[in-house]
Amino acid sequence: MRDLILAVVFIPLIGAAINGIFCWKTRRKAHYIAVPAIAIPAVISLYLLVKVAQGYHFDDVLYWWIAIGDFRVPIGFLLDELSVVMLVTVTFISTWIHIYSIGYMDHEPDISYARYFTYLNLFVFFMLVLVMANNYLLMFVGWEGVGLCSYLLIGYWYEKMSAANAGMKAFITNRVGDFGFTIALFLIYKHLGSLIFHDVFARAHELSVPLATLITLLLFTGATGKSAQIPLYVWLPDAMEGPTPVSSLIHAATMVTAGVYMIARSHVLYNLAPFTMEVVAVVGVITAWFAASMALVNNDLKRVLAFSTISQLGYMFVGVGVGAYAAGIFHLFTHAFFKGLMFLCAGSVMHALHGELNMQKMGGLLKKMKITGITFIVGALAISGVPPFAGFWSKDSILHHAFVEGHKFVWLVGTITAGMTAFYIFRLIFLTFFGEPRDKELYEHAHENPPVMTIPMIVLAIGSAFAGLFALAPGGGFEGFVNRIMHAGHEAAVHAAHGEGGAGGLIVISVAVALIGIGIAYLMYIKRTPDPVEMAQRFRPIYLVLYNRYWVDELYFAFFINPTVGISRHVLWKIVDVGIIDGIVNGVARLCSLIGAGVRKLQTGFIPDYAWFILAGIIVVCGIKILF
Amino acid sequence: MVMGLIFAIGVITFCIGALGVLIRKNAVVMFLCIELMLNGANMLFMAVSKFKGLIEGQVAVLFIMAVAAAEAAIGMAIITAFYRRRGGIEVDKAELLKW
Repeated sequence: MRDLILAVVFIPLIGAAINGIFCWKTRRKAHYIAVPAIAIPAVISLYLLVKVAQGYHFDDVLYWWIAIGDFRVPIGFLLDELSVVMLVTVTFISTWIHIYSIGYMDHEPDISYARYFTYLNLFVFFMLVLVMANNYLLMFVGWEGVGLCSYLLIGYWYEKMSAANAGMKAFITNRVGDFGFTIALFLIYKHLGSLIFHDVFARAHELSVPLATLITLLLFTGATGKSAQIPLYVWLPDAMEGPTPVSSLIHAATMVTAGVYMIARSHVLYNLAPFTMEVVAVVGVITAWFAASMALVNNDLKRVLAFSTISQLGYMFVGVGVGAYAAGIFHLFTHAFFKGLMFLCAGSVMHALHGELNMQKMGGLLKKMKITGITFIVGALAISGVPPFAGFWSKDSILHHAFVEGHKFVWLVGTITAGMTAFYIFRLIFLTFFGEPRDKELYEHAHENPPVMTIPMIVLAIGSAFAGLFALAPGGGFEGFVNRIMHAGHEAAVHAAHGEGGAGGLIVISVAVALIGIGIAYLMYIKRTPDPVEMAQRFRPIYLVLYNRYWVDELYFAFFINPTVGISRHVLWKIVDVGIIDGIVNGVARLCSLIGAGVRKLQTGFIPDYAWFILAGIIVVCGIKILF
Repeated sequence: MVMGLIFAIGVITFCIGALGVLIRKNAVVMFLCIELMLNGANMLFMAVSKFKGLIEGQVAVLFIMAVAAAEAAIGMAIITAFYRRRGGIEVDKAELLKW
């Protein structure tokens, strides 16, 4: 068992090492190593899932990584209901995205091709470390590792300035969050004396409420960075500069959900801090609404999906924030399918149109790209929350929990956002796949992609359609499975509320909202009544605010980035570095050379002078010897 | 009393030699002065050896004389070569090592 767990985590690393070290040998054949390096763990993790379902748990130390006095941190893995769900999701989705990448990265030069698969495998390794870690520090290693791979893959086309900048933006924005995360770790260690989950949670009740609130808020800061929540979401839209499968894998399905996983993992701490829970839920729902509003008017295919990801992550945070950790994880699970799928479809469209991303230039593509179109629609139905597609079950579960937990405001905003979600995603569908082609030349060149790309899309579409049905599985369904480890205080109340009536009414409302959203999109973008262009004119101020994304990027530039760069350039560089540091270094050198210039006058070259020096030296030495 | 006299002769010989090395410019004269210094030292060695009844002093003297002989040979060779190159044996002609 232990060997299997090790295999799951380390096979991707081996794959990355082979492709990374021998990239000039593997070249075009890189995927023959990279794909099995993910597929084998995927198969093993299914086996582990079965084992865990039968009640098997694993929490063991492989070896002591750091042992300094009382500070002991192991390399250890933890396998329980929560991590096995993540494990299966990550490996399964990654496998298909790796396969898809074979087709998508077709035009890359040889070495770059191997480099791409190296990064991708390395990413999966770090992601598995993140979800399997049995202590906070190892989790943080995974956390930073996926951040690194995200940086490398966003900047994959590093010759492009915008891609390189987007990579930096993602990395630096995450640093802001990680600063909170690390401080939280320090506090946990200081007050609980350990970083191992088992010990931390066993002793968590010793924390006072303010302290628990502080720790959880700091952890949440880390989560807002990694999972792109307000105020640190700005990096995710720019992260679309990377190859589309990367957006699909890292920036939709797996890495960005790490924050949700981390909070669900730390649920013992969060249960101690009701205030933090409130903050998480409110930040989540506001992010959901905020990102959805920006997606309404954006014309960039991938950016719409990026905003949609931010929005859906907001839902997950609502889930964990109202104490329905299992519902949050369930949404994470279904979202991985349908958002991964939609990114793959977007990549497929982009591939067919030679990199064109502007939806206003597309249209009518369904005729040319049947598989892409249909799978995309399945994904869109799933995200809109139309039953029986996956998103319906999980999103509805979250909203349901929010409602019964008494977060009426959160529920209301979440429901409105669900309508907006349905609208923008079908706007995207209608603009891309229906209507008349708006750019004839692009349309003529469009073609369906080879099976290596369409099959992963079909598989994920099946997942998007049916993954939600796990909610109906025996034993409480998906959430019941995850809830087996959520020994939470007010989780019981939620369970009790499950049986209540009124749930039916909520479901009707959310389905109705979704259908209204789709209907409005249909009217506006197929029937053209009301005409979207006219609408944009009439509500020009609102349109401009949304289209320019509330000028948040500009705001950050004005308040944080430009001052930082300015201070760095004019104070830290010109004064501190050039003036003080270089001044000290050069000053020491100049002082030495000055002393040398003076003292070398002693070197007269005349032998009698040296003899005098010798005599003087002898007299001094003998004098000292005699006197003392 | 006799011991004191011998010591005095040794020290004075040494000092004459040292002064000569320090103030003369002629390399040969400086060379002679070095020999004087060596012999002054030898004198003191002998005196102490006799006075204390120790044999080591006399051994040291023999060594010094041997070294001085070798040194004289090499030194004269250097001075000859120097004379050929520089056209004189004044030591202030050797100034290439100046700062």
